[in-house]
Amino acid sequence: MIEQAPALIVVIPLISALFITIIGLYQPRVSWALTIVTFALSSIFAFICLKHVVTVGPISYMFGNWPAPFGIEYAIDHLNALIVLMISIVAFLVAIFSKHDIAKELGDKIPHFYSLFTLLVTGLLGITLTGDAFNLYVLLEISALTSYALLALSGGRAYIATFNYLIMGTIGACFYLLGVGYLLINTGSLNMADIAVIISNNTYSYTVLAAFLFIMIGMWTKMALFPLHSWLPNAYTYAPTSTSCLLAPLMTKVSVYVMLRMMTSVFNYDYIFNVLQWQSVIVTLAVIAILAGSVLALKQDNLKKMLTYLIVAEIGYMVGGAWLGNANGFTGASYHIIADGFMTLCLFLAIGCIIYKVGDASLSSMKGIFTKMPMTMLGFLIGAFSMIGIPPTCGFFSKWYLISGAYEAASWHFLIALLISSLVNAVLFFRIIEVGYFQALPSEEPNHHHPKIKRDEAPISMLIPLLTTAGLLIGIGLYTADIVTYLIQPFIKNFL
Amino acid sequence: MQTMTSILPAAIVLVSFIGSVFIFFTKKNQNLREAWTFITAAINLVLLFKMAKWILAGNTYSFHIAEVLPGLPLFFNVDGFGMLFAFVAGSLWVVTSLYSIGYMRPLKEHAQTRYFACFALAISATMGVAFSGNVLTMYLFYEILSLSTYPLVTHHQDAEARGGGRKYLTFLLTTSIGFALPAMIITYLNTGTLTFSNAGIFTQATDPTLLIVLLLLFIFGFAKSGMMPFHVWLPGAMVAPTPVSALLHAVAVVKVGVFCVLRVLTGVFGIDLLSSTPLSTIVCVIASITVIVSSLIALTQDNLKRRLAFSTVGQLSYIVLGAGIATSFGVVGSMTHIAMHAFGKITLFFCAGAIFVATGKKYISQMVGIGKQMPFTMIAFLIGSMSVIGLPLTGGIISKWYMVLGAMDSGRLWILIIYLISSLLNAAYFFPIVYNAFFCKEEDSQYPNKIKEAPLAALLPPVITAIGTVILFIYPELFLDFAKIAVGVSK
Repeated sequence: MIEQAPALIVVIPLISALFITIIGLYQPRVSWALTIVTFALSSIFAFICLKHVVTVGPISYMFGNWPAPFGIEYAIDHLNALIVLMISIVAFLVAIFSKHDIAKELGDKIPHFYSLFTLLVTGLLGITLTGDAFNLYVLLEISALTSYALLALSGGRAYIATFNYLIMGTIGACFYLLGVGYLLINTGSLNMADIAVIISNNTYSYTVLAAFLFIMIGMWTKMALFPLHSWLPNAYTYAPTSTSCLLAPLMTKVSVYVMLRMMTSVFNYDYIFNVLQWQSVIVTLAVIAILAGSVLALKQDNLKKMLTYLIVAEIGYMVGGAWLGNANGFTGASYHIIADGFMTLCLFLAIGCIIYKVGDASLSSMKGIFTKMPMTMLGFLIGAFSMIGIPPTCGFFSKWYLISGAYEAASWHFLIALLISSLVNAVLFFRIIEVGYFQALPSEEPNHHHPKIKRDEAPISMLIPLLTTAGLLIGIGLYTADIVTYLIQPFIKNFL
Repeated sequence: MQTMTSILPAAIVLVSFIGSVFIFFTKKNQNLREAWTFITAAINLVLLFKMAKWILAGNTYSFHIAEVLPGLPLFFNVDGFGMLFAFVAGSLWVVTSLYSIGYMRPLKEHAQTRYFACFALAISATMGVAFSGNVLTMYLFYEILSLSTYPLVTHHQDAEARGGGRKYLTFLLTTSIGFALPAMIITYLNTGTLTFSNAGIFTQATDPTLLIVLLLLFIFGFAKSGMMPFHVWLPGAMVAPTPVSALLHAVAVVKVGVFCVLRVLTGVFGIDLLSSTPLSTIVCVIASITVIVSSLIALTQDNLKRRLAFSTVGQLSYIVLGAGIATSFGVVGSMTHIAMHAFGKITLFFCAGAIFVATGKKYISQMVGIGKQMPFTMIAFLIGSMSVIGLPLTGGIISKWYMVLGAMDSGRLWILIIYLISSLLNAAYFFPIVYNAFFCKEEDSQYPNKIKEAPLAALLPPVITAIGTVILFIYPELFLDFAKIAVGVSK
């Protein structure tokens, strides 16, 4: 059983997606429980794999015992072991969270939601685990198609937003596929490790250049790197709460992972940073993404939309870090995938609780929210502190590595952009805190007798995932040394 | 010198933290709630006394919290300087808690539970800063302090409090994230360590331009020290209730700022490096400008608390100036001045609050003849201001004495002149208040010739701290020895 763990991580949700649909038609409530069990199992197997990778070494799993490069290989090394665990935990937490929200927002579509939810995560888990470039495309499409459906479930404005996303997402996937095609022409192989060996022995031809360019642009579209970001804010804002809680932390981060994977496991350091030498251009793009995301976030009144622009800025962090071309920058980018995943989850869950109770997420509806929903706001505060980068939350430590990397690479503009973005985040979140804390009384005169605001907290099934995530932010922060030493550094050692 | 691994420093930080949790959950019973404050404060003091002997023998305590970054742990390392500061904060917390009760209850302030809980949290963070063994740990507690004092500064929750709070956080977070954070990371990348050491962690070979940049980033990065032009938050934060101003803006917050700056100057750069490079002069010039300018501004303020605030800005730079001289005596003087100024300035704030509780007056021009109504308060005020000016019979002169010695050692006469001018300016903005309070003409007096002091809980604390100020003149060793141990000067 244990040696099958890499496959089970993906196969369990794939099969249970089917059962969720069938059973859900008769017993809608069961589909919720089934989803939770599914991702609990996935998390356990992901953890087993992680442990194996740390203690023994990378795992190579051949599907159907077809040897690579002919069959499909699942390759788990230090980087994706951690990301797979993150994905399954996020899915698990969002599944718990979604119960009340989905019942309220999508009453009659409960089984559809959970079945799509499970399929989507299956795709994401597969993308992260696979060591096959074409298999990755297939899984990319699985997660993309299910995400279109999930986003559009709430109807209304979500249709148009999702349609935009569909166009952009398809373009991104096509670019990726073209890139893989060029690789196939050049190397005759689809297995990543195999391609890497063949490429590094060849002279770098234009075909390889085209492949790299297409794959990168495809992924930048998928991850919403500014200025390819336009699809993201609306799509995530108008989606059902639980959908955005699931997609916001995962979709873009998985695309960043694919970028890292392609840079490290298919192409190599020498080619990217010495032959191509695009780093200064890409880092500048990342700087623009950070600044643009921050400025656009400042303009938003709707908190959910504000968070989506923050995602755009955070993507800049990771792209910039990865393209600095040094160990600290790369560590920062990889660590930030995990950190940002949970940070985004924490904030979206908190906003989700608020939307569930208050009805909308505009800044003005935050009045007196600290009195009304103290536990939700506790989670929100920790998420916000992590975004700003207050130690010991994990957001601080990713910034630590990214700034270190920027300093070593002497990219001052990236360093300053990181600092500015932290400060903008401080402004953004303290603006909310201020409204929640001060505008408890309708009139502004300094009388100290506040009208009683009744405590009206979100249900426990929403609070538990939120507070767990908040705890994780601090936990990950305190274990940064272990994560970096045992997971990220062994991975980087092979790349640099 | 020996280092002993001990849970004591962590216990002190934790006790206040747990205290704040207890305070939060006993909101129904006011007296029980306040009891927690005193119990935790008492435990803190007991633990501090337990640590004192070992530290005074020239040893240190250390405690490893967690290794958060590879090779860069969060850890406590308590030396004389940390002990000195912890004692100041711990002892004045007790007095301030008493005063808070005397101030908050008669005024029927709202949200007192939040107030006392955040107060305990702030003390916990202050202790954490005092005990930090490296820059990262210090930065962590520095940020926690900024955040936990925000609800205190904005306690009144009105438009004015919001403005003050906004300024407070904007300045503190902008500087700590924008300046101190990169400075810390760059230091680490260049030296491979952030652990404080009296010899400094930079080698002589470090690029001088880089050192200057780092120095400026650190000094302005810890903006709680109120160096101009990043002092703006300090007068703004005076919208807080007076006990908050008293403890936080005379002791905890601002002193954490100068503590951090001093730690960086002595533990990261090291006295030797400072004095052998132009860095020392740079620090002195920046500090001197703030000393003079803030004193001049203080002269023009009519709001008593604002005048005290600008006086604080000046005195903080005084402390930084002492360390900037970069001689042993100068540093001993500046470390001791943290304690001396704390006792003097908290007395003054307590008096300002007592006046407000008894009469509702905030402006100096309204305090003509007040000595007749509140003689004890105003005598305490006199003693406090004498200490800040640095006159005999108060502790303030001891630390100033050492700083002057340090300035003479370094052979920089212009610093002596700065000290002289500043003391005169201090006298110029404090003595008229006291003079008018007692010796005004009968027809100018705005107060009846009958003694009517503030309630005992608000009157007692300034009297206690005023007496403390005098005691520190007679027994300056209480704090002086710690400073000497920290710098390595023989007692």
